[in-house]
Amino acid sequence: MAKASLAAIPNQRPELAQLSDDQLKDAFYRMSLIRRFEEEAEQCYMKGLIHGTMHLSIGQEASAVGTCMALTPSDYITSTHRGHGHCIGKGADPKFMLAEFFGKRTGYCRGRGGSMHIADIEAGNLGANGIVGGGLPIAAGAALSIKMRKADEVVICFFGDGASNEGAFHEALNMASIWKLPVVFVCENNQYGMSMAFSRASSVANVADRAVAYSMPGVIVDGNDLPGVHSVMAQAVARARAGEGPSLVECKTYRTRGHSRSDRNLYRTKEEIEEWKARCPIERLKAELTATGRIGADVLDAITARVNDEIAAAVVFAQESEAPDPSQLAEDVYA
Amino acid sequence: MLDVAPQTEVRELTYAEAIREAMAQAMEADPRVFTFGEDIGTYGGAFGVTGDLIHRFGAERVIDTPISELGMAGVAVGAALTGMRPVLEFQFSDFSLLASEQIINQAAKIRFMFGGKASVPLVIRMPGGSGTGAAAQHSQSLEAIFAHIPGLIVLQPSTPHDAKGLLLSALDNPNPVLIFEHKLLYKVKGPVPAQAYRVPIGQAAIRREGGDVSIITTGIMAVRATAAAERLAAEGIDAEVIDLRTIRPMDVPAIVKSVKKTSRALIVYESVKTLGVGAEISAAIAESEAFDYLDAPIARLGGKEVPLPYNPVLEKASVPQEDDIFNAARALVREGHI
Ligand SMILES: Cc1ncc(C[n+]2csc(CCOP(=O)(O)OP(=O)(O)O)c2C)c(N)n1
Ligand SMILES: [Mg+2]
Repeated sequence: MAKASLAAIPNQRPELAQLSDDQLKDAFYRMSLIRRFEEEAEQCYMKGLIHGTMHLSIGQEASAVGTCMALTPSDYITSTHRGHGHCIGKGADPKFMLAEFFGKRTGYCRGRGGSMHIADIEAGNLGANGIVGGGLPIAAGAALSIKMRKADEVVICFFGDGASNEGAFHEALNMASIWKLPVVFVCENNQYGMSMAFSRASSVANVADRAVAYSMPGVIVDGNDLPGVHSVMAQAVARARAGEGPSLVECKTYRTRGHSRSDRNLYRTKEEIEEWKARCPIERLKAELTATGRIGADVLDAITARVNDEIAAAVVFAQESEAPDPSQLAEDVYA
Repeated sequence: MLDVAPQTEVRELTYAEAIREAMAQAMEADPRVFTFGEDIGTYGGAFGVTGDLIHRFGAERVIDTPISELGMAGVAVGAALTGMRPVLEFQFSDFSLLASEQIINQAAKIRFMFGGKASVPLVIRMPGGSGTGAAAQHSQSLEAIFAHIPGLIVLQPSTPHDAKGLLLSALDNPNPVLIFEHKLLYKVKGPVPAQAYRVPIGQAAIRREGGDVSIITTGIMAVRATAAAERLAAEGIDAEVIDLRTIRPMDVPAIVKSVKKTSRALIVYESVKTLGVGAEISAAIAESEAFDYLDAPIARLGGKEVPLPYNPVLEKASVPQEDDIFNAARALVREGHI
């Protein structure tokens, strides 16, 4: 692998130059891990090994990873029903996630939560959420706690374009603003809330346009561009950490899979889906890394192979793990 | 408007199709009726209930909304107050909690607070119940929470026939009506008359007659109890199965009459056992003349005192299943307790 310095690569964008080789390799690793994880989870689901439902974020990996890269391990995130990427981005081990999907006791939620409630409390992931918009005020509360404890952490609040039409969005952003809380509201605008196009559901063209109503910065970024997402998030996180208050960042992206298993994609065209598949954030990062000479294709391919092995091992772990027993049902209702 | 004539052509429809047919017949008959909710248009509804209604009635009467449950319920209240007949769909009944302000503080109370000078004839349709692995925030049975509130009517149909007939009755009713459908029932088929007809609100149905024990049920438990009753019959136990169909106002006379006949009461419901629907039914029996007829303490089978878990084995263990009903009814008859 060529250890190229910035000077040796003159045509690098500043967003890319900001990132070390190790950061870039880790970002590529995490994005690939999310992708393989979700593809495998989907397969297990199709084979009837996993029940319930799941919401895949395939195509949205850069916003999850680019955001979480800007955090320290002690920072917090709140996640959504489409939260596998956030969870892995914040450092989760896929084997405990997959075990959760299999309803096993070794899963992150001991088989109680499943895909829609995946949480990794120790890593600062305060949980996915089955209620659209449910995480927004919780993020504000975690940020208030940080402020009251005079701690140095920040909170990332992931939410969807659809969630921005819940009353909770308004209430949370307003409180975060008046109290100058250390929180970054990260909207993953994948253009749809289930079948509802953002343009049909909302009075504004961009979620970020709403920031003006809460006197906070509203920034739009290409959500499929990992270095771009990271660069914007790093600024918003630094602002929050410095006590300057919240920001609203909108990542424009797209989910290439259906909303969930029942989705027949009647509300969008095949062409649109294909167009976005061509903007795959992982392929795009790989192309940029190799074209600029930052990281060689051989190194990236080795990472991909490692990811494949890791996910294969995770499936075995999940399948072989112990299932919970009905006698344990009433545990954990109260602390 | 439409009237009762259930003797006409009868087809096998699914529960979801029966609801859709009721909606279509109501919209054809009454221009004030419209429906709105998340993804009910082109998508056809999260559980496919509205289906093709948008193609038949257009986007002005089959309205896709933003994800704004509190606002949607309030819009229903405002439209109902001023002459329309809104039918609001929530994708899961759990989301009604976001709208509970408008349902409980506004819709339920407006008529009374305004001295009877206004009414709020709205209908909210929403699936409740567990069994799909949707976990704690998509599987609750919340009917008791809303049934606690004077001013609301709460329905829980268990058959395609009742799903259609109760929805049409709800649309005739001048009050806010909440219909708790069950997600496991949407694909279940049953006989449904083609014509518009009504199932009266506040009237229980006897699903099976019997003399040994009254199994008093709500919602999907009527289906499980009827199946259990057939197995009990094979053991020489003759169970009567009552399907309440309406939670509020409750058909207490039907319960009392049955318990006087059988002298034993087993109450079966999916929502959490304590402080809910079963307690109310139990109290209604204890406070009535049926009390003197009891040969055994009143027994209840309800949901466990837990949020609904994701794991399918735990999930099943959280709410009464057919075997649980069978075992409890047999114990009640043979041993005098469950
Ligand atoms: C309060 C609430 N309303 C509705 C739903 C059903 N639902 C789940 S995800 C979803 C769409 C959410 O859209 P968005 O916020 O854009 O997130 P995306 O699914 O696109 O990631 C809907 C309607 C829900 N889970 N919670
Ligand atoms: Mg979306």
